Amino acid sequence: MFTNRTINILIPIISVILGLLSGAIIMLVFGYNPVAGYGALWEGAFGDSYFFGETIRMVTPYILSGLAVAFALRTGLLNIGVEGQVFVGWLASVWVGVAFDLPMAIHLPLAIIAAAAAGAFWGFIPGILKAKLGVHEVIVTIMMNYIALYTTNAIVRHVITDGEDQTENIADSASLASTWLAEMTFYSRMHYGILIALFMALVMWFILNKTSRGFELRSVGYNPFASNYAGMSVSKNIILAMMISGAFAGLAGAMEGLGTYGYLASKSGFTNIGFEGIAVALLGANTALGVVLAAFLFGILKIGALNMPTGAGVPTELVEIVIALIIFFVASSYMIRWFILRFKKEGK
Amino acid sequence: MKNRRFLLILALLLSIGFVLAACGSSDDGESSGDGGDSGEGSTEGGEESSEDFSVAMVTDVGGVDDKSFNQSSWEGLQAFGEENGLEEGEGYDYAQSDSEGDYTTNISRLVRQDYDLIYGIGYLLQPALEEVAEQNPDTNFGLVDSVSEVENIVSITFKEQEGSFLAGVAAALKTETDKIGFVGGEDGSLIRKFESGYVAGAKSINPDIEIDIQYAESFAAADRGKLIASNMYNNDIDVIYHASGATGNGVFAQAKDIKQNNPDENVWVIGVDRDQHEEGAIGDDNVTLTSMVKRVDVAVNEIATQTMEGDFPGGEVVEYGLEDEAISIAQTNEDAMTEDILSEIESWKEQISNGDITVPSTDEELEEYESSL
Repeated sequence: MFTNRTINILIPIISVILGLLSGAIIMLVFGYNPVAGYGALWEGAFGDSYFFGETIRMVTPYILSGLAVAFALRTGLLNIGVEGQVFVGWLASVWVGVAFDLPMAIHLPLAIIAAAAAGAFWGFIPGILKAKLGVHEVIVTIMMNYIALYTTNAIVRHVITDGEDQTENIADSASLASTWLAEMTFYSRMHYGILIALFMALVMWFILNKTSRGFELRSVGYNPFASNYAGMSVSKNIILAMMISGAFAGLAGAMEGLGTYGYLASKSGFTNIGFEGIAVALLGANTALGVVLAAFLFGILKIGALNMPTGAGVPTELVEIVIALIIFFVASSYMIRWFILRFKKEGK
Repeated sequence: MKNRRFLLILALLLSIGFVLAACGSSDDGESSGDGGDSGEGSTEGGEESSEDFSVAMVTDVGGVDDKSFNQSSWEGLQAFGEENGLEEGEGYDYAQSDSEGDYTTNISRLVRQDYDLIYGIGYLLQPALEEVAEQNPDTNFGLVDSVSEVENIVSITFKEQEGSFLAGVAAALKTETDKIGFVGGEDGSLIRKFESGYVAGAKSINPDIEIDIQYAESFAAADRGKLIASNMYNNDIDVIYHASGATGNGVFAQAKDIKQNNPDENVWVIGVDRDQHEEGAIGDDNVTLTSMVKRVDVAVNEIATQTMEGDFPGGEVVEYGLEDEAISIAQTNEDAMTEDILSEIESWKEQISNGDITVPSTDEELEEYESSL
């Protein structure tokens, strides 16, 4: 009745529906109208072209951070450090964007590559520690997040600027922003980065599924011992996987630096782009297409939710609970899988 | 077996959750009803209210319940709404920002909902507010705590250094260890104004006083505020002035913890922005020595009234200080603020108002001031 493939597609869909349903129940319990609440959410994400543009803007880094987490997971690594890799990518892209004055054909690719390289470097460190010394990547990447956050702040304050809170705006020749897209969407901050993000999803699919290197990476993820026995270098593949994952994350930072903001301000805390990436990857079942779809869902929720307090009187705190519930149900896909399998047995 | 126990725990947790949720709804019933009504109202009234005046504000990441800056602004808008018979959600409203990325979205959204005057609360919103203001020249904007040169933005600033100076005077008179502390939010020119004034005030009383200055690097990290305060109090510091928004709640929490364990311990907090007297209450004691009150609410209300009357001071910088009573030192804690301290503060205040003293507002001015002592 259900094949494995349909179950894999069903689980995220059921998770989202369950999340939305329990969100509705919570809104009801607290005396708010869930129909009006979700209506406001929909309005807030698609109400007019401005909001649509903002949603796309939000989706762009989510796709890339989701890809970063998904890529690592496919190779058996849990990269919690996407957040930090986003930071260094953001920093690198803005630095290149501010420091140089080059024609666009060189400047923009250079800034983007710098971001990817910075992210890859930030992924390389936990990668090599894991490969050579067996240090667990989760611990290293978590710590690296803080190093990235505070180093970035210090560099913004004392190296790029002279005691300012934010860098200057990047040169136009390094900007992904487009007046055409902005005008079409009533000055939303939508930018060309979405094309890069979608292209990268394609790249990830290609690397993992169509190259022998990708086969090795996946095989190390499934079973490092068997892969070793088969003559693959486990440590080389771990380092490579972390670097590719970090490069995706660095690109997510470049989207913010070159597209959305055009500058880097010193931050008091994490942007959450990297952490949301974990949820995006989980919901997207670690596949390229799944990540793109999940990123769209998260972008819609994030931008739409801003409209719920003013549009339907639902307080922001409740909105966050609803979003958290959806993530909860996604993460508990094991539970849903169990129910489906049970249902399947009874159905027979 | 293991599985069943897990299910049982899950079921228990869920039921507890629902019971708690049900309890919550009884207090929230009324307010939530209002929220629902006004929400519907705003969608219906959106078109017809274009001739009526409406005003909204966008918070920074602190939120309208930060017991400080944002809350004070929101109280100002609420007062304005009440005076003019406006409904929340229709005539006045706020948008909460959870991260830096939300600033532009929130401001643009309010513009698109046809608000006539939109406040950006805090200097952190300046880039976002300027960007949106340039795109929407027909809407009026207000920026609190920073100066913008855009035509349709009115900049509202305060002479925080003057109030902080008096807070420094109070701290220096109150301390028994001659060690006082300062907890700042995010480092930047605004909070430096607080710091410079405070240091200058304290050193005017006692040039040898030790002042520990720490920045929490956030306006919304109560945990870090608590940690810093704990370190300071451990190092014999007995008065801490915080200029850190919601981060300061941690400073209060730490002072209250100490006071609870030992009511004879001498620990004081100087609040900021609002009179934070109630934050410091612990049993019969109160750890709030005083507060550097910055009446953002008055400013927000005044500018909104002017704008409603068609008198929007766009492009101007409106500065509030001691003489407007927009900056003051709270005297709510009568036991702690003795006659001596009050009379001393009064005399310094006069000297500032007369122009006998120019209170430093930057690091350089502070250095100059200190060398003149």
